[in-house]
Amino acid sequence: MVVELYLDLLSQPCRAVYIFAKKNNIPFEFKDVVLFKGQHMSEEFGKVNPLRKVPALKDEAFTLAENTAILLYLSRKFNTPDHWYPSDGQKRAKVDEYLSWQHTAIRAQGSKVFLIKALVPLLMDKPFPPEKLEGAIEELNSTLKQFEEKFLQGKLFIVGNEISLADLVALVELMQPVGAGYDVFEGSPKLAEWRHRVEEAIGKELFQQAHEAILNVKDMAAAAAQLDPQLKEKLKQLLQKNLK
Amino acid sequence: MVVELYLDLLCQPCRSVYIFAKKNNIPFEFKHVELLKGEHLCEEFDKVNLLRKVPALRDGNFTLAESIAILLYLSRKFNTPDHWYPSDVQKRARVDEYLSWQHTAIRAQGCNFYRTKVLMPLLVGKPFPAERLERAVEDLKSTMKQFEEKFLQDKPFIVGSEISLADLMAIAELMQALGAGWDVFEGRPKLTEWRHRVEEAIGKELFREAHEVKRDGAKMFVDAPNETQRLTWC
Repeated sequence: MVVELYLDLLSQPCRAVYIFAKKNNIPFEFKDVVLFKGQHMSEEFGKVNPLRKVPALKDEAFTLAENTAILLYLSRKFNTPDHWYPSDGQKRAKVDEYLSWQHTAIRAQGSKVFLIKALVPLLMDKPFPPEKLEGAIEELNSTLKQFEEKFLQGKLFIVGNEISLADLVALVELMQPVGAGYDVFEGSPKLAEWRHRVEEAIGKELFQQAHEAILNVKDMAAAAAQLDPQLKEKLKQLLQKNLK
Repeated sequence: MVVELYLDLLCQPCRSVYIFAKKNNIPFEFKHVELLKGEHLCEEFDKVNLLRKVPALRDGNFTLAESIAILLYLSRKFNTPDHWYPSDVQKRARVDEYLSWQHTAIRAQGCNFYRTKVLMPLLVGKPFPAERLERAVEDLKSTMKQFEEKFLQDKPFIVGSEISLADLMAIAELMQALGAGWDVFEGRPKLTEWRHRVEEAIGKELFREAHEVKRDGAKMFVDAPNETQRLTWC
């Protein structure tokens, strides 16, 4: 029985897991969990992940949440090439350091810009005041500065000369505000060059495939327009809570 | 040259790192970085951690931030007992799962509560509006419920029958609320029993030592705060 990966490619961590599995030829069954249809709230999905979030993994009786845990689990079970999570103690520590820091930094700020710029107009009755978006963009820019100065510096990738889980997780997060129409790479040549290196290392076709949904705002708008009213209300409340 | 650990025991992840190093007899030099004196903002500390946060580690020329990265680095370098980060792939995944989730859950809500109740009033000189505090309390309660239902369930520890890095990180975060005047364990027998098990596994003396941070003569985390302490801090 193959591993089941419960994913919605609109979600950044899902893209990281999807790309990692495909790139490493890990056999898996793609279980589509359409967030816009509220499928993550179903009883069935609750058995896979009671936290009701994607990505989630099911390996026979074993279920697992959290993309960091899933990526590491897959890397161990399928013995993926060393550069993804180097066995060298210090390099590995640098990957751990990035994966830890990003939760409340790049992930948080990138998501916020996406939520305010793309989702609020689709779900809320009226847009947020412009200062909210400006503030979120400022925070994201400040985080990007830390990313360049502390994590990337003058290197090719976050940890040395080869792509690792750190770069993968970083890039999928940065593509989220891009999907909302805010190009984080514009105006930062170093960041743009790093992005191209990561895309090349992943493979352009796979990268594009994984990002098709997020880069297509039209389809998102169509999905939002068809939202079940109860679900829409729930999502609105979640948005308000996350963006207070 | 021993490993240097840059710590302020007021800070939850610092306590986890401190306890882990002491419990495993890892030789280290304690470099005190007093947050309330802004010592994390000085140029000297920049050389250790550009992110200006504690905990931080220096091992020769190698510097490292982020408590999880530091704990894992120490566990590998000093070959600590397996139960801290089990070699069994599924158990290890469970530790990874908790360590990942907690950033934006227990840690986030715990910090928010502590900031709202203790830190911001210190800075602005008066308590925060009641609704802010109520919301912070509700958010933390909701997260603790998820912790009990999804991560702890009916097990002695988060991952099976022995303490791991997951329990160590969790306990430090929950003790922070105590230091802010709220005994989160009261009325939660399962959580209380888990706390006692974790304390026993760490060793009561070491646990007390790590949590005996003094402020204004009061020991902040060790005992459930009395009325006077609550008034002093808020």
